[in-house]
Amino acid sequence: MIVSVASGKGGTGKTTVSVNLARTIGSGVQLLDCDVEEPNAHLFLRGNETGSDVVTIPIPEVDESLCDGCGECSRLCRYHAIVSFGSTPLVFPDLCHGCGGCALVCPHGAIRETGKRIGVVETRDADGITLIQGRLDIGVAMAPPLIRAVKARLKTGTTAILDAPPGTSCPVIATVRGSDFVVLVTEPTPFGLHDLRLAVDMIRELSIPFGVVVNRMGAGDDRVHRFCRGEDIPILLEILDDRRIAEAYSRGELVVDALPDHASHFATLLWNIREETRNTGGQAEG
Amino acid sequence: MKVAFTTSGTTLDAPMDPRFGRAQGFIVYDTENDTFEAVDNRQVLNSAHGAGIQATEAIVRQGAGCVVTGHCGPNAHRALTAAGIRIYSTEAPTVAEALEAYRAGALDTLNSADVDGHWS
Repeated sequence: MIVSVASGKGGTGKTTVSVNLARTIGSGVQLLDCDVEEPNAHLFLRGNETGSDVVTIPIPEVDESLCDGCGECSRLCRYHAIVSFGSTPLVFPDLCHGCGGCALVCPHGAIRETGKRIGVVETRDADGITLIQGRLDIGVAMAPPLIRAVKARLKTGTTAILDAPPGTSCPVIATVRGSDFVVLVTEPTPFGLHDLRLAVDMIRELSIPFGVVVNRMGAGDDRVHRFCRGEDIPILLEILDDRRIAEAYSRGELVVDALPDHASHFATLLWNIREETRNTGGQAEG
Repeated sequence: MKVAFTTSGTTLDAPMDPRFGRAQGFIVYDTENDTFEAVDNRQVLNSAHGAGIQATEAIVRQGAGCVVTGHCGPNAHRALTAAGIRIYSTEAPTVAEALEAYRAGALDTLNSADVDGHWS
């Protein structure tokens, strides 16, 4: 079973939910930190690094001796990453999405692909939890290929928790696509609801079953609850606005370890996720 | 020679737009017969990436041999240079005044990018 933890708004508690859920499931679970621009699950799940692999995307390299400046590559590239003005084309690596189309359409075989480093995938073992995180290199704007490289480490037959980046754009889609269930974490505030609506629209577009976790209950009002009731969206867990949770977080501690009175909440969340995936026909093994 | 001016208007008394890739549009002035044409760049202006490159492609399509603008980012500078288009920088407030300065040979050539990408 693959469960993605996403949100519209940033800072709602995705990582808190992800790491505590992973600890609740325990040994054998995979936790994938797909927030590759600022991975932070490792702050809560320390442990030994077991691997680190460089990830590259293919970018075009033009052989000037074979190129006649026909411009076919330039006409194909919708990202304007390869541009020809009637001579050997210019390549703009930062704009290239690595699709390989330019090499395919080149009638002279003048384009070959070379790897451009975009980041690393690091693996560590934290008390039986396998943490796999992507770390995008500074200055690189292309997160989805690295997220796909992180997800390529998914093992079948085990439960995996995917900690998504915030928002509703390409990196989030790259993360949640293929999940059996999505947990949307929000807070009971106008901003929380505004971005939850965007996230709900996105997940419905992808046709993935989902439910909501309301974090910092008591900090706002009941607008998120009213929205979920009206839209028939299950609320899987409410986490109280408890200063002790923020303090544990600031020390890099898990809620389930530091605050035993909150530990049962994440067991309830796990149970609710399994119930929901059962109801919607998802595969709930593991 | 056709000269492209970055502008937010469609006439010679329109203000210059100091941005190149994300300019509202261009006035392409033909110095041989003193006619000009306004070119809309708003579609490029709203693209997420590669605005300078797309604007360069538009300039090339118009057959302009040089560009008069305020500033130019790294991708745009590389593309314009590869296309053989000279880049002039000016702080003239209107297209007419920039044109006058161009004719007087009073404009500075931009030999390298003078702003970062996504400058606005």
